[in-house]
Amino acid sequence: MSKSSIMPGFRPTIGFTLIYLGLVVLIPLSTLVFKSFQLNWDDYVHIITNKRVLSSFRVSFSTALVAAMIASFFGFIVAWVLVRYLFLGKRFFHALIDLPFALPTAVAGIVLATIFQPSGFLGKLLIDSFGIQVAFKPLGIVMALIFISIPFVVRTVEPVLLEFESAMEEAASSLGATRWQVFGKIIFPNVFPALLTGFALAFARGVGEYGSVIFIAGNIPYISEIVPLLIVTKLEQFDIEGATAIALTMLVISFVLLLLINLLQLWVRKRSGQL
Amino acid sequence: MSILLSNISKKFGTFTALDNINLEIPEGELVALLGPSGCGKTTLLRIIAGLESADQGRVLLSGQDRTDHDVSQRGIGFVFQHYALFRHMTVFENVAFGLRVKPRRERPSNEVIAKKVHALLELVQLDWLHDRYPDQLSGGQRQRIALARALAVEPSVLLLDEPFGALDASVRKDLRQWLRNLHHDLNVTSIFVTHDQEEAMEVASQVVVLNHGRIEQQGAPGDIYDNPANAFVSRFIGHTNVFDLDEQDADWLQTAGIPVAHQQGKFAHVRPHDIVIEKPTADSDAFVTLKDWQHLGSLIRIELVKNGSNGLTASVYAEMPNDQFRRLHLNRGDKVDLRIRHAHWFH
Repeated sequence: MSKSSIMPGFRPTIGFTLIYLGLVVLIPLSTLVFKSFQLNWDDYVHIITNKRVLSSFRVSFSTALVAAMIASFFGFIVAWVLVRYLFLGKRFFHALIDLPFALPTAVAGIVLATIFQPSGFLGKLLIDSFGIQVAFKPLGIVMALIFISIPFVVRTVEPVLLEFESAMEEAASSLGATRWQVFGKIIFPNVFPALLTGFALAFARGVGEYGSVIFIAGNIPYISEIVPLLIVTKLEQFDIEGATAIALTMLVISFVLLLLINLLQLWVRKRSGQL
Repeated sequence: MSILLSNISKKFGTFTALDNINLEIPEGELVALLGPSGCGKTTLLRIIAGLESADQGRVLLSGQDRTDHDVSQRGIGFVFQHYALFRHMTVFENVAFGLRVKPRRERPSNEVIAKKVHALLELVQLDWLHDRYPDQLSGGQRQRIALARALAVEPSVLLLDEPFGALDASVRKDLRQWLRNLHHDLNVTSIFVTHDQEEAMEVASQVVVLNHGRIEQQGAPGDIYDNPANAFVSRFIGHTNVFDLDEQDADWLQTAGIPVAHQQGKFAHVRPHDIVIEKPTADSDAFVTLKDWQHLGSLIRIELVKNGSNGLTASVYAEMPNDQFRRLHLNRGDKVDLRIRHAHWFH
């Protein structure tokens, strides 16, 4: 490969890539695996099947899933507006999208908790008019995760929308398609793989999110306690084995879910001739 | 379907793309909109299609005012310069698209659609590619699929935007011929945009020459070539030698056999094949020198240099059949006699 390649620099760059991968990704993750091997199987099962642990898994993955879906929907609309229309303050909005990337997540969490708690500005409004309590419930976690993960969707969908050949839309219209048909049959299928990527990123981020969630979630066991918090709690109690067992399980589940999403994406691309 | 455009104008900011265009295209014609880039030909095509709206003026199709109809309601077929095939659909689905998006009441059954799509793919000789995706096709194949897709909805007008612009020369030649034949078989009123005058002359039954958003001339290819309406058309269509009628050229033209006494303009345009060269006889006044020649297939293009009295020289191009030229036994640098058979005069 390196012999016939025209591109110079294969050896140093692959070397650098492997070192990075080893130091930053593989060594820490394998340490996690090895550490958990100190447990025997029965202990491991015992920790994992603990009712509180199982509920936290349920809370973490279900809120991340719901948040990723909602973020995908709204993120798509935001990306659409940013690409398709010219309006006053567009550049400003453009910059605003990335803010959740830069903001310390704890800050976001405290702000969200302040306005959505029952005595807060929006929290009071929602309870008084709809009877919906956001804070200290899974709903609050979803809120925080949407806030955190929308930029992932916007930034993955946006370039694809930008590159989209508008002649394809014109061609569809000239063949008699209505606006909805143009969107549903032409635009959406072309953007869908990117949207899936955005969804996967949003979901992955949501599963691992800690800082923005813990303030608004209230961390009530069995109701609004997320897995990352449980890991931190166990570490604080010097229950290293318990923490690694949960962490490893989370790692495996996340990996399998991401793999599934990637396979789905592969299938979509194949089916639509993009591979 | 006949097309009638009246008083079409279109501006982009301060740039006038189209300036009061009036055009009538009878049913069944194959029309070329010809002009240099930026002359407004594509804008005009898009206005006919309804992809662009004119600032003023009306578009009538078959005598019915369609100015305010959306592109999807005009019953036109549009072929885009870069094909605009749907990347995520197979060739079959691309062609079937126009039938599948019809309202449920008008939509044909799947069997009818399949039959029709395969028939169209047969027509463009690409049925064997029906399950491929556009990215897997060559440029010429994509163009033909785009044409089949446009024909699927049985448009009453077919509009093609630089249909051969992105193809290489040999494919282009084949497709031109093919488009001509296809039009002959289907007889659907068609307009195509091109900046290539050769293409326009070869394919179209009517040529509309545009420049700076105005129509310079409209007519059959032969008409336009033989009787250009103005200096622009004369220069743009085919090759032309232009003689500026200052003192010197007047003398020169007089000697070459064109009477300048009752000149009808300041510039004389002479087609290369209207220049005849002969071996000088002993007593003739040979006043051009043979500089070089190029083979253009059956014709030879001869570059002649006229010997200006003030020492200035300019090239004149003549064309004649190969064998005729060979019989003259001329070499580079020979002095030859020259006769102009015909000239067009423009101001």
